[in-house]
Amino acid sequence: MIALATSWGQVPSLLAPALGQTGAMVGITMAIVVALGGPLGVLIVNTSPRGLIPHPAVNASISWVSNLGRSLPFLVLMATIIPFTQLVVGTTIGIKAAIIPMAIAGIPFFARLVENALREIPRERLDVGLAAGASRLQVILTIQLVEGLPGIVAGFALNLIAMIEYSAIAGAIGAGGLGYLAINDGYEQFNTQVMVGCIVLLVLLVQVIQFSGDRIVRSLIH
Amino acid sequence: MIEIRGLTKRYGDQTVLDGIDLSVAAGEIAAIVGPSGAGKSTLARCINLLERPTAGSISVRGQDLTSLREADLRRARRAIGTVFQSAGLLSRLTAADNVALPLRYVDVPDSERHERVRRLLDRVGMLHRASYYPSQLSGGQQQRIGLARGLVLEPPVLLADEPTSGLDPATTASMLSLLASLRDELGVAVVLITHEMDVVRSVADTVAQLDHGRIVTRGRVADVVRGSDSPLSRALLPTPPVGATAGEGGRLWRLRYDRDDVPATWLSQISRELDVDIAVRSGLIEALGDGTAGRVVVEIESPVSEERIRAAFFARGIAAEPGDGPQQEPDHLQTSALVGAGAS
Repeated sequence: MIALATSWGQVPSLLAPALGQTGAMVGITMAIVVALGGPLGVLIVNTSPRGLIPHPAVNASISWVSNLGRSLPFLVLMATIIPFTQLVVGTTIGIKAAIIPMAIAGIPFFARLVENALREIPRERLDVGLAAGASRLQVILTIQLVEGLPGIVAGFALNLIAMIEYSAIAGAIGAGGLGYLAINDGYEQFNTQVMVGCIVLLVLLVQVIQFSGDRIVRSLIH
Repeated sequence: MIEIRGLTKRYGDQTVLDGIDLSVAAGEIAAIVGPSGAGKSTLARCINLLERPTAGSISVRGQDLTSLREADLRRARRAIGTVFQSAGLLSRLTAADNVALPLRYVDVPDSERHERVRRLLDRVGMLHRASYYPSQLSGGQQQRIGLARGLVLEPPVLLADEPTSGLDPATTASMLSLLASLRDELGVAVVLITHEMDVVRSVADTVAQLDHGRIVTRGRVADVVRGSDSPLSRALLPTPPVGATAGEGGRLWRLRYDRDDVPATWLSQISRELDVDIAVRSGLIEALGDGTAGRVVVEIESPVSEERIRAAFFARGIAAEPGDGPQQEPDHLQTSALVGAGAS
């Protein structure tokens, strides 16, 4: 196959819409991940023996489900749940279809990250709230999440980067975005300019997220 | 002020607290001592109802807290301020916000909130550190912030769980004088859990010794130290180790101030009365309560009869027992066995 002659000047016009698609996929997915994975993480840590509402059975079952969601490689997970994706969004290709497996992979991942962030808070700090007459929910909102925020933000950055990676894999089912562009226009069609453009943009994206994440975490720790 | 009756806590078939009776009056500092594993921490968590007792009652101002349902219990807990062992400050809140934390769970107007936080920070001498974060404060400063936070809801009872553990002597002294001023000026009833006997001696009015979940000794500190020769009494006022063995013909005597009116010149008085030389080998004498408490080891050279020696000391309010030598002087060992390694 003869390489399509894309000049360097044309690369940005190809990258821009792809970046937008990646942003949409990852953004919507992260919204779902935080909305569901966050509470799940709070639940896991608080149903554990040292939590605010110890409940071994609930804890074990949530942990099990959460581990299940993280045990499959993303590509395998995506293929496995195709019928489910079809059921929920009515299609198995495109951005909508990519969001379902990405969210399913991201929710338990984020839950674990939140759990880790909250587990490190000394129990005594939670007791401070209880001893002052706070309800358990108040303790979670005013103490646990406040103290755990730096760890949660660090986890968010980690999760965001993982989702960008997954969005590239999801490009394989025609989801669009930078990964799709790199594989279809860059790799398959020997279009070096597009390939390099995608790689540079992805590297930059990840670096910027990690850098900003670290900065925010530092500003949150006192 | 706080009345604990028959407090029992079991985990499965393990009984951690076994029928604890304890009452602390307004304006009293009651120390609770005991080795690690004696149940001190569990007792603390039961008193502020972070743990539900298996049986027994805890009453503050006549209201039994254990009979309350969850929502009422939460409100009732506010009658007992807690100072946590390692201060337990929230790392992401300033000193002032840490002190204000308990106010977030009650309905207090903003203006009063600020006023109260200011007043308490001032009381613990930390007003100039109001906007500092815990990581910028020393251990002693953190502990004072923790104390201010424990007081912000103006509780009639303060529960202090090892508030001086890990603090240097000067910081410990300032923390203790704060506790004493709370007792004297605000009439707070303080339950002070500690393993430091110096702390008990310098600030507590009463002491209870916890062992295997039971209170084995209980009384006013001065009475416990003076009135008995119990392990707790020896731990509270230990005699420093005696150096060399007794000389030829000499005999060691272990003396304990038994009354609060021991004459200050007892040593010369007895020396003259018995016409013997008396060597002081070790001792600790200090003011306690309304009088003086002391433990002294002396060596008496001349062969005076035991009865005469005993009677001479007894007449001056001192209990005397012949000691068989320095190797039988393991007060420091008894102390460590009694109070354990500290943090529970």
